[in-house]
Amino acid sequence: MAKFIHRPQVWLLLAAVVLLTGVPLLFGQGKFEGADAQAEEMISELSPEYEPWAQPFFEPQSSEVESLLFALQAALGAGVIGFVVGKYTERQRQTMTQAPPSDDS
Amino acid sequence: MRINQWQRWGTLGAIALGTTFTVVASPQPAMAMHISEGFLPFGWAVVWWLGFLPFLGWGLWSLRQHIKVHPESTLLLALAGAYAFVLSSLKLPSVTGSCSHPTGIALGAILFRPPMMTVLATLVLLFQALLIAHGGLTTLGANGFSMAVVGPWVAWGLYQGLWRVSGKGAIAIFAAAFGANMATYALTSYQLALAFPDRVGGVSAAFAKFATIFAITQVPLALSEGFLTVLVWSWLITYCRTELRVLKLLPEERYHG
Repeated sequence: MAKFIHRPQVWLLLAAVVLLTGVPLLFGQGKFEGADAQAEEMISELSPEYEPWAQPFFEPQSSEVESLLFALQAALGAGVIGFVVGKYTERQRQTMTQAPPSDDS
Repeated sequence: MRINQWQRWGTLGAIALGTTFTVVASPQPAMAMHISEGFLPFGWAVVWWLGFLPFLGWGLWSLRQHIKVHPESTLLLALAGAYAFVLSSLKLPSVTGSCSHPTGIALGAILFRPPMMTVLATLVLLFQALLIAHGGLTTLGANGFSMAVVGPWVAWGLYQGLWRVSGKGAIAIFAAAFGANMATYALTSYQLALAFPDRVGGVSAAFAKFATIFAITQVPLALSEGFLTVLVWSWLITYCRTELRVLKLLPEERYHG
């Protein structure tokens, strides 16, 4: 099997992700509002008489509450990923020390 | 491996609880891209719900089957779920001057096939709709059809097709993540255009308008998600060979049946 990606490519990909996020933020024009809010504006433009017929049950009370939920979410999500990654990495290490795998990739 | 009933439900419960917590806490107030609560006329909401439900049922059934046959892959399932939750919580700025977020559904769709990813993505949408006022229950059918059904199937199809044609795993993974992202938002635009056609240009003109909002914002984000998914996959190939082999995603298995 050909190598999936080479090590320099890993760094290139990471740099690309950072650039794609950072460049619009530094040089972009606009308020960076949500695309769905823009879609709601577009709907009222296309059908001015349309009234949303349902309301969300619960909305975060303020942007502070939202940022609390955001921080909590990031922490928990990263925690789950960290746990799984750690478990698999340790398993790999143990197999390697016991018997080196025969198939080389 | 023999695993008793209680252990199985315990594991399933732990996954459900874990994902629920992650999802409950995921933010995106009005800052992303699903169709907001109440913003789809009643008829269309019902149509998309009816189209979405069979896929959800199929997903629940295959999730049950999979856990029964491969109880050991629940850890990887949790990883795929967590990946989708973390990515769909990252509201990223885009070149158009607005924000949207990647979906992270391609990884799970390729690993566990689209029906199971339908369930995971639906959980994300459901709790966002209930607790963060993002998307909505009335529009869950439409949002689910685009993000939890079409997105995963596009990802899986692109991966399988490109992998067979080119044999280059990295390109297939990238295309799958990028394509799933774009397909999700193209369909969202089309759903809105069908419900709110332009007075002059009809559905196609409205589609062009909504696509400008969603799809173009989404291009850089879809690129980012593509790159990230390639990185995750390269990690999986190194550390999760056993699981990938069980899921028949390693090249040796593919060539030799």
